[in-house]
Amino acid sequence: MMNSPVITMKSPMYNNDKHPTTGQYWRTVKTIIWKDLSIEMRKKTLISALFIFSVMVTLVFTFALDLDKSTKDNVSVGVLWVTFVFSSTLGLNQTFANEKKHGSLEGMLLAPIDHTAIFVGKFISTYIFVIIIEIIIIPMFYFFYGISLFSPLFLLIVLLGSFGYTLVGTLLTSIAIRTQVREIMLPILLFPVSMPIIIASVQCSNAILSGANWGQFSNAFNLVIVYDIIFIGVAIMTFEYLIQE
Amino acid sequence: MLRSNPRLKLMTVSSLILIVLSMYMVLIYAPREVIMGEIQRIFYYHVSSGWIAALAFLVTLITSIMFLATQNERHDHIAISSAEIGVIFTTMNIVSGSVWARPVWNTWWTWDPRLTTATIMWLLYIAYLFLHAGLEDHDRRRHITAVYGIVAFISVPLTFMAIRIWRTIHPVVIGSADPDAEGQFDMTARMTTTLLFTVSTFTVLYFTILWHRVRIQSLFEYMSKLQHQMYND
Repeated sequence: MMNSPVITMKSPMYNNDKHPTTGQYWRTVKTIIWKDLSIEMRKKTLISALFIFSVMVTLVFTFALDLDKSTKDNVSVGVLWVTFVFSSTLGLNQTFANEKKHGSLEGMLLAPIDHTAIFVGKFISTYIFVIIIEIIIIPMFYFFYGISLFSPLFLLIVLLGSFGYTLVGTLLTSIAIRTQVREIMLPILLFPVSMPIIIASVQCSNAILSGANWGQFSNAFNLVIVYDIIFIGVAIMTFEYLIQE
Repeated sequence: MLRSNPRLKLMTVSSLILIVLSMYMVLIYAPREVIMGEIQRIFYYHVSSGWIAALAFLVTLITSIMFLATQNERHDHIAISSAEIGVIFTTMNIVSGSVWARPVWNTWWTWDPRLTTATIMWLLYIAYLFLHAGLEDHDRRRHITAVYGIVAFISVPLTFMAIRIWRTIHPVVIGSADPDAEGQFDMTARMTTTLLFTVSTFTVLYFTILWHRVRIQSLFEYMSKLQHQMYND
């Protein structure tokens, strides 16, 4: 019997199996996150630009509202969330813009990997940038507005709120980059979709910082969590259709 | 390719007749409400346009899902047409509500949960129409707008439920009412008949407009295919 050598192509990461194992999936996700972070660590453009931007937004609000002590206490949480939303939107625009250059998105799509891993990777790396920005913004608010923001429950709601916002943002950015006016299209698409989570997060933050008890903000808190869960599902199910050529 | 359709003509004429009849029902047949007076008659068109908006967005959701499942272009044509009609009827709903609120609530607008969620819904579908206009490549556009049509629908049940879960000043005429609601009233038998009649009229009108709009969309896509062929030859 002839025993001819059969050469099989085996990628170092995957078997030629259609469904990768969980370990392989997370290795892909980790590679994408690491790629984004190391690009940023070398260029440092995004973080520094976002830092300057959020300082500017905070100052513009301070001057525009001409804040005295009593108004400050009422509006500062709203201003804080507006600053988060604006800087995350800018960050989102940037993360996918990098992929459009030199056709690197096409490269990732051609690789034998599960496409949702691209989404999860891009989402986590964007979320890391958003958290870094929030770590910068929160002490700055403490400095300018004199309100103490360092309660663990408040920080939790900031993390959960920006989780949902970044999640939907990542999904919609992959839509917006396909249009001709992508920088404008992202806020048009994203703001109405994210309105419920922003409203709920602001309500929660206000209640927590004014020392309300759980019963007074449990509704808004649950809405934030439900929103996060719904959009994890929607994003995983629909990303495949958005990204394919 | 598309000839005039006798069934569509029949529907157009009958929705015209139904609208005239519904005007008679709303303005003359329905009794005058005791406290609010004539302004209460807006209610019939307000509820009907709100119902059509929700129905239209539901149709967009279903056809978007069906498009992603079957890749049939026709579903995409229905989805975009229905969303467009839904935006128009939401606008009618908001404007008529505002006109009613001026004398009853003594303000054109208030940031009540129902009004907020309705505004969000309206903005979402305007964004949907923008997205549809902003994408050039037809094939890609169909997939992307279908996904956004699914994402946007989350606002519709939220709007519908808003007057039922949160404390709000918006009246709930059908079902149990919030004690905070202002402009609440109980419907008499004639009012119920009138409401049912206007809702059915608007439903017929919706399907008539949808049919016309889907035909326009198919013609439009056919035309751009011809254009594409012309430039490639």
